[in-house]
Amino acid sequence: MINYLAKRLIMMIPLLLGITLISFAVIRLAPGEPVEAMTAMSPKITAETRQRLREFYGLDKPLHVQYATWLKQVATLDFGRSFAPDNRPVTDKIKERIPVTISLNVIALILEFGLAIPIGIFTATHRDTLYDKGMTLFVFLGFAVPTFWLALLLMYFFGVKLGWLPISGLHSLGSETLSPLARFADMVKHLVLPVSVATFGSLAGLSRYMRSNMLEVIRQDYITTARAKGLTERTVIYRHALRNALLPVITLLGFSLPGLIGGSVIFETIFAIPGMGQLFYQGVMGRDYPLVMGILVIGAFLTLVGNLIADLCYAVADPRIRHGRG
Amino acid sequence: MTARLFCCLAALITLVSCSGGAPVAEPPKRGAGTPAYGDALVVGTIGEPSNLIPLLASDSASHDVAGNVFNGLVKYDKNLVLVGDLAESWRVSPDGLTITFTLRKGVKWHDGVELTSRDVLYTYRVTIDPKTPTAYAEDFKQVKTAEAPDRYTFRVTYGKPFAPALASWGMGILPAHLLEGKDITKSELSRHPVGTGPYRFKEWVAGQKLVLESFPDYFEGRPYIDRYIYRIIPDNSTIYMELKAGGLDMMGLTPVQYARQTDTPEFRAGFNKFRYPASAYTYLGYNLRNPLFADRRVRQAIACAISKDEIIHGVLLGLGQVAHGPFQPGTWPYNPNVRDLGYDPLRAKELLAAAGWRATGPGGILMKDGKAFSFTILTNQGNDQRLKTAQIIQRRLAKIGIDVKIRVLEWASLLTNFIDKRNFDALIMGWTIPQDPDIFDVWHSSKTGPKELNFIGFRNAEVDRLIEEGRRTFDQEKRKRCYWRIQEILAQEQPYTFLFVPDALPVVNARFRGIEPAPAGIMHNIIRWYVPKEEQIH
Repeated sequence: MINYLAKRLIMMIPLLLGITLISFAVIRLAPGEPVEAMTAMSPKITAETRQRLREFYGLDKPLHVQYATWLKQVATLDFGRSFAPDNRPVTDKIKERIPVTISLNVIALILEFGLAIPIGIFTATHRDTLYDKGMTLFVFLGFAVPTFWLALLLMYFFGVKLGWLPISGLHSLGSETLSPLARFADMVKHLVLPVSVATFGSLAGLSRYMRSNMLEVIRQDYITTARAKGLTERTVIYRHALRNALLPVITLLGFSLPGLIGGSVIFETIFAIPGMGQLFYQGVMGRDYPLVMGILVIGAFLTLVGNLIADLCYAVADPRIRHGRG
Repeated sequence: MTARLFCCLAALITLVSCSGGAPVAEPPKRGAGTPAYGDALVVGTIGEPSNLIPLLASDSASHDVAGNVFNGLVKYDKNLVLVGDLAESWRVSPDGLTITFTLRKGVKWHDGVELTSRDVLYTYRVTIDPKTPTAYAEDFKQVKTAEAPDRYTFRVTYGKPFAPALASWGMGILPAHLLEGKDITKSELSRHPVGTGPYRFKEWVAGQKLVLESFPDYFEGRPYIDRYIYRIIPDNSTIYMELKAGGLDMMGLTPVQYARQTDTPEFRAGFNKFRYPASAYTYLGYNLRNPLFADRRVRQAIACAISKDEIIHGVLLGLGQVAHGPFQPGTWPYNPNVRDLGYDPLRAKELLAAAGWRATGPGGILMKDGKAFSFTILTNQGNDQRLKTAQIIQRRLAKIGIDVKIRVLEWASLLTNFIDKRNFDALIMGWTIPQDPDIFDVWHSSKTGPKELNFIGFRNAEVDRLIEEGRRTFDQEKRKRCYWRIQEILAQEQPYTFLFVPDALPVVNARFRGIEPAPAGIMHNIIRWYVPKEEQIH
């Protein structure tokens, strides 16, 4: 097991390097550069000023030198300073945003799995009933309806018309004067709409996946055997079938890890939630190379770690994997 | 995207620097009440400010906040006349080369230190310092010498008389006692500014809100409204929902919101709507290097074939006016006598025929020397008004036998791959109109080089001479003659077909009183806005 883990960890280094190289190349291939985003169409900018700004950001150096400088910095876990006019360390900017995105996505993920698994099991065990069809319609509605439209609809209904829920942001104005408990309640109230929208949107995929896994498992011989032994349907489903049907879902959980920090641009923009999705979008639009690269590296690292964790879980569950047989 | 064009202080088009024409306001909903201190003005900002040192920021969100925290030596008053701000007065030497500012005495920085000419000198020096990454050094580089002979006098001498110079001193003055000898790019002040303005910085929660509080020692008196809160909400629809739900007090409406979605009794009872021409125009610009547009008659014909009224009605729902030139209607450089050719498709056909174009192609398309009259209009992505304008123009030009294609491009791509490379036929874009009418950068023939703003390649010796004359004198009458003539020439030459000046459509919660719509918009007297005690909610 240790050998397997060590091998996987060492393999991650060239993979990460490759990802940074490709990301670096792709972001540089996009037309325009930070100085352009800052100075374009401004009558007060001369070629000399533009050159001065390029030198300030080190953009006058050849690309390979820029990449090498960046890599050296990253090796010491320093992601450099943002090219946005605030010129703040990229790490600070990411640190500010990451807790919001992670907490929001973790809540949404728990709800998603918490709802999708039972829905999947139920629709599988009650296949072709009215319940199955109704649920399928409901989850596919969430899948088909555009996020921004649903978000605006809910905002209008619960925020403007009924006035029950806050529309955007994370805290009410003046919430800093509230007691910690009241402040927490205020935040929960703010999270109801965004978390609902996020969860509803991804319910379909996961619950349908769970349903098909379950259906596949309950058709297997050992389930028939279990039933023939006279076990109750409850025991058959929850004791014998569920464990096996859940296994592929673990992989999905592993893949969700990078999504936890990625955030979603549309969703964070509409609900004015200062998360990573928004930050990344701003970075790309402003051609803020250090910021974009910083987020990409962290994202890539987490994707690899997520894969590793999923594989480890598999290895624990299935000895054939860790021994390299299959 | 317009706010990024001419991204200087004058770029706060929707609410701040709107001007010209008679402002329209609906009758106030409630009585005047008694002025009282307190409450908060909550506004939404689409973009998060980036840097609160105005010198280092190029985005309108930063300048919007910094505008309340810092003062310049001069400012535009409600009638768009340049008046003293930190400067009590100024004197221009008879040869137009030297400007001597006399500062107000007793002006306090937010940390209690007195403002002196040393601060102004520092601001000038740091701006022209090659190590400062700023977009605003150009005007100051024209200065030959700058000196601070005593605590309250600041004097600058220029190499040549330079009329836009005076307005350039409207830039925020920075505190020398906090910045001198330090690296301004790493200064704390970019996140915690210390200025002399009516509001001082209180807190900034990244991605969420930025709070300013009134400065009791402000030299024009303490503002009535205690707090000025910017909530960062990146989506316009959400801002509108928040306004309706009471989470925001003010926003700039879109034409659809103004004309259709806010015309309800509840909305009318809760908000005051305002309307006045914005300091911006939208145009169709031709690449004059393209042989297709080399003949003036062709450009005139296209102008005749486009109904500007139809565009204003269809795109702005009537909330705008026809643009006849690059100046703000109703301001002194604007020549009201200039009318362009007007909508006249018959005349368009005659002009095209005179230029040698015959409707001999398939489907009646115009042909000349075996070539069809076909071109592409480029515009930037994310601006629905420009796309709709292009579509209306496409339909109108098809009627006179011109085939138009439309391409919508991401901003950076449009700029880098097409405008910078001069690789376009025609463009629909917009400019913000700065308060000073100097149009050197956009219209002078020396500005047709790479990345410069006369990207259509307009060259006219008389316009060049008039632009130079206009910026070399402080005499407004002389300047006016120059700009009026330039407007006549542009209307004849049609290097751009000027399309429309949109209206700014701000709306403010009805509990705020003391708002005085003026040519400068509604924000000019923000420190005199108030909420009567009984209506205060924050």
